[in-house]
Amino acid sequence: MNIQISNASNDPIYLQIKNQIKSAIISGKLKPEEQLPSIRYLAKELRISVITTKRAYDELEIEGFVNSVQGKGSFVSMQNKELIREEQLRKVEASLLDAIKQAELAGLSIDDLKELLETLGGFEGVE
Amino acid sequence: MLNNAIEINNLTKSYAGFSLGPLNINVPMGCLVGYIGENGAGKSTTLKAILGLIHPDSGEIKIFGKNIKEHAPTLMNRIGVVFDTLNIPDEMKIKEVDKFCKLTFDTWEEVTFHHYVTRFNLQGEQKIKALSRGMKMKLSLSIALSHQAELLILDEATSGLDPVVRDEILDILLDFLQDETHTVLISSHILSDLEKAADYIAFLHNGKILFMEEKDMLVERYALCSLDHELIQNLNPDAIVGKRKHAFGQDLLVIRDLMPTCIEMSKPSIEDIMVYIIKGEENAEE
Repeated sequence: MNIQISNASNDPIYLQIKNQIKSAIISGKLKPEEQLPSIRYLAKELRISVITTKRAYDELEIEGFVNSVQGKGSFVSMQNKELIREEQLRKVEASLLDAIKQAELAGLSIDDLKELLETLGGFEGVE
Repeated sequence: MLNNAIEINNLTKSYAGFSLGPLNINVPMGCLVGYIGENGAGKSTTLKAILGLIHPDSGEIKIFGKNIKEHAPTLMNRIGVVFDTLNIPDEMKIKEVDKFCKLTFDTWEEVTFHHYVTRFNLQGEQKIKALSRGMKMKLSLSIALSHQAELLILDEATSGLDPVVRDEILDILLDFLQDETHTVLISSHILSDLEKAADYIAFLHNGKILFMEEKDMLVERYALCSLDHELIQNLNPDAIVGKRKHAFGQDLLVIRDLMPTCIEMSKPSIEDIMVYIIKGEENAEE
């Protein structure tokens, strides 16, 4: 797994770690039940705060992407297919909401948008 | 990370023209804590009190839950100390340091000491007085790490060292911290590259703690930006922590959440935060 921390990014460091591990899980680079690097090891290698690393792992656990086992470490969760779908769905929703906002600025109605979506879907082809 | 390696409660110490405290600081176990402030802010006085080298006027200091006054001799084995000066006779050779330390520490480990001496490329035949500042610092760190210490205290130890040596030291400290019962407290007026890995920053100013906070929270809360004089008039005054006026505009340290999102901001370093806050205080007093 690769993790890059950018100091130029406005995203907090914990968020950068969390998002990169999440996308490794979603893309399948990290498989269910696979062990994540220990918090202290990751912090040492990236030369970042242990507390910040822990915050990233804690949030991944709260969102259901990883399980922590006391004394053993953190593992990619088993039942995350549903989660991954939800996560993707949320992204699609966010993009659509953004599109609706932009459309309002341009004076387009929802019907205009639907039409546009169908046209674009026709061009791109649904995979 | 539940326990505190160091607990300082209501510590005070006064000298002519200077008073420290009342200080309350907890250093959580397993963390790297940067203790920062200007020269003369009272950092060394605090560390000396922690080590029982000076007697506070009042207050209490506990290390690993034990009162330093009553348990100093046994606690000293568990604390590795690196000061900016090395308290070893000038004429002594590096290979003799081993024997010297065997007498000082009950828990001395010869093998570990040789490991670090080799890692740092120190020559056994060299006398202490012939060592450069960087070499002395490396020797001092080798000693601190060779008596099973669980707490490392570094006082201005890396200031004035070149970046390559500081980089090596950061690696050693992070190795040390792989054990979650280990703790590091570094005092410095300039943390530079060490700040990347710090968990907490305690900021001492004029003998008082201005804040002790998670380092990454600090860096997220504040931001730097440069604006012209007119734009600044429209900002929420609470957003401005400190500023530097110059002929062509102003550089500001601001609270990120109180700023309009359209303004371009960058992440500050701990040094930026320290300078702007102190300058901000001075401006407010004027």
